[in-house]
Amino acid sequence: MNVVNDQAEANTPSLRRAGQIDLREIAIHLPGKTRFEAVRNISAHIDAGEFVSIIGPSGCGKSTLLNAIAGYLAPSGGSLRVDGEAVTGPGPDRGMVFQHNSLFPWKTALHNVAFGLKMNGVGYRERLARAEEFLRLVGLTGFSDRYPAQLSGGMQQRVEIARALINNPRVVLMDEPFGALDAQTRERMQQLLLDIWGRFKPTVLFVTHDIDEALILSDRVLVMTCRPGQAREEIDIDLPRPRPENIVVSPEFIALKKRCLALVRDEARKSLIDGLEADRIQIPVEA
Amino acid sequence: MNRSGISRFFTSFPWFLLSLPALLLVWRLAADRVDNPVLLPSPNLVAESALELFGDGSLVADIKASLQRVFTGFFIASTLAVPLALLMAYFLPLRQLFLPLVTILRPIPPIAWIPLAILWFGLGDKPSYFITALAAFFPIFLNAFAGGIDVQPRHVHAARFLGAGRWLMVRHIYLMSALPHVWTGLRIGLGQSWMAVVTAELIAAQSGLGYMIQANRINLETQHVLTGMIVIGMLGALMTTALGWCERFVLPWKFQRQ
Ligand SMILES: Nc1ncnc2c1ncn2[C@@H]1O[C@H](COP(=O)(O)OP(=O)(O)OP(=O)(O)O)[C@@H](O)[C@H]1O
Ligand SMILES: [Mg+2]
Repeated sequence: MNVVNDQAEANTPSLRRAGQIDLREIAIHLPGKTRFEAVRNISAHIDAGEFVSIIGPSGCGKSTLLNAIAGYLAPSGGSLRVDGEAVTGPGPDRGMVFQHNSLFPWKTALHNVAFGLKMNGVGYRERLARAEEFLRLVGLTGFSDRYPAQLSGGMQQRVEIARALINNPRVVLMDEPFGALDAQTRERMQQLLLDIWGRFKPTVLFVTHDIDEALILSDRVLVMTCRPGQAREEIDIDLPRPRPENIVVSPEFIALKKRCLALVRDEARKSLIDGLEADRIQIPVEA
Repeated sequence: MNRSGISRFFTSFPWFLLSLPALLLVWRLAADRVDNPVLLPSPNLVAESALELFGDGSLVADIKASLQRVFTGFFIASTLAVPLALLMAYFLPLRQLFLPLVTILRPIPPIAWIPLAILWFGLGDKPSYFITALAAFFPIFLNAFAGGIDVQPRHVHAARFLGAGRWLMVRHIYLMSALPHVWTGLRIGLGQSWMAVVTAELIAAQSGLGYMIQANRINLETQHVLTGMIVIGMLGALMTTALGWCERFVLPWKFQRQ
């Protein structure tokens, strides 16, 4: 019953593993006929336990960047380190929550969550007890024996989060994890994520389309340019935590939002013009 | 009775209870009309024949012989086809090496192999094993192959993030992704094998239901032929039903939809 507490104790400062991410002049080319330049020269440092969101126009390379940090896409240039170690492939020190359901349909919710522990040699009884605890944490007590097909989209996403977190990863990578959810579920999931983050303090790298979401959740927001993706700006979100619901109407929040919106709009407009120019279509530019 | 009452009666009445009696009735009427037990023996005659063949133990012996051939051939086919198909799905060179062969061999019906089977294995059980295995092989192989290439990259990625090494990945992701297709292949394969055993025994055996049918045809004992046919049909249906029932244990996640 104290499973989660035990986990938290394992994270006391003395034992705390880090979770720093160091990107130095990362360039990523995607394979294909013409080596497509998806990400150009991105440098960033993310501290252990920091919550950082990445926003930018569609197609700018956010997922690509995240996949590189995840380790299943090798950058074509620059260096990519987690806690000083070069990333060579996916591994249990990083957890990933995908946008699209990647639960194993042949396993129950409980066994999906317990899978990571099994892979790391935790005994049967212990891993099921811990998985049960994590399901409770994401509000799914009583759903352990359901298969993913029997769960709603929001529930599946919660199982997915529990599964990614059970190995207590130093870094959690999330690619628009709540993109497919309705507004209410989405808000609940954001609070849930903040709860869990507060409890285990992993480093979180969170890709989203939703500027409000980025501002509510993050310590810092990275804005990317249109493709090839570069770092346009880093914005510190020094809003106090915990952030109340009505923070979205506070002047500070609105100011930050305006700034982000302006940047993203600017980049989106550029990418649109780029696209049109590429198609050799002339558009009259209005003032 | 109002309209909706009538329509409810029509949709909720257990019609399947009538299908067998209806068949028997039509058969009986037709047999009376034909009035020639060699062309069409009546149901009563066939029932007597079934009791007779059961009584002297020959029917049970034939059933045993046929079942043994089917299960042996089916076992050989599955132990060869499933691993081979999965290896071909996972290793491109193997796929390129074997896929053309499979494409050419597959359209040849098992019955066309019977002459070769007799030449190679003589009469008796062995050519039947060959034919039943052959009949089961292709459905099992093709479905298992489809299952092998059906593994979803997102599941592989997720498993790697959760620390799965090579062997655990194969067991928990690759094999589980393939399982529904493999199961379909086994089901179809068993059915094909059962149909093929009769064919094989018609020509290349001295026992079994196919042989029994053939022998009685020559003796103009048509009621025995029909008994054999009915037993074949019922056993086949029984196998299908049994496998359908097993499915909930093999693929539990396909059964819990709500
Ligand atoms: N397999 C691929 N081969 C070639 N180009 C690709 C491939 N996948 C994506 N791209 C291109 O790489 C660019 C970056 O894609 P990426 O998925 O990282 O964008 P994104 O920022 O995540 O977009 P979105 O916000 O729409 O998810 C896109 O312009 C896309 O066209
Ligand atoms: Mg994306």
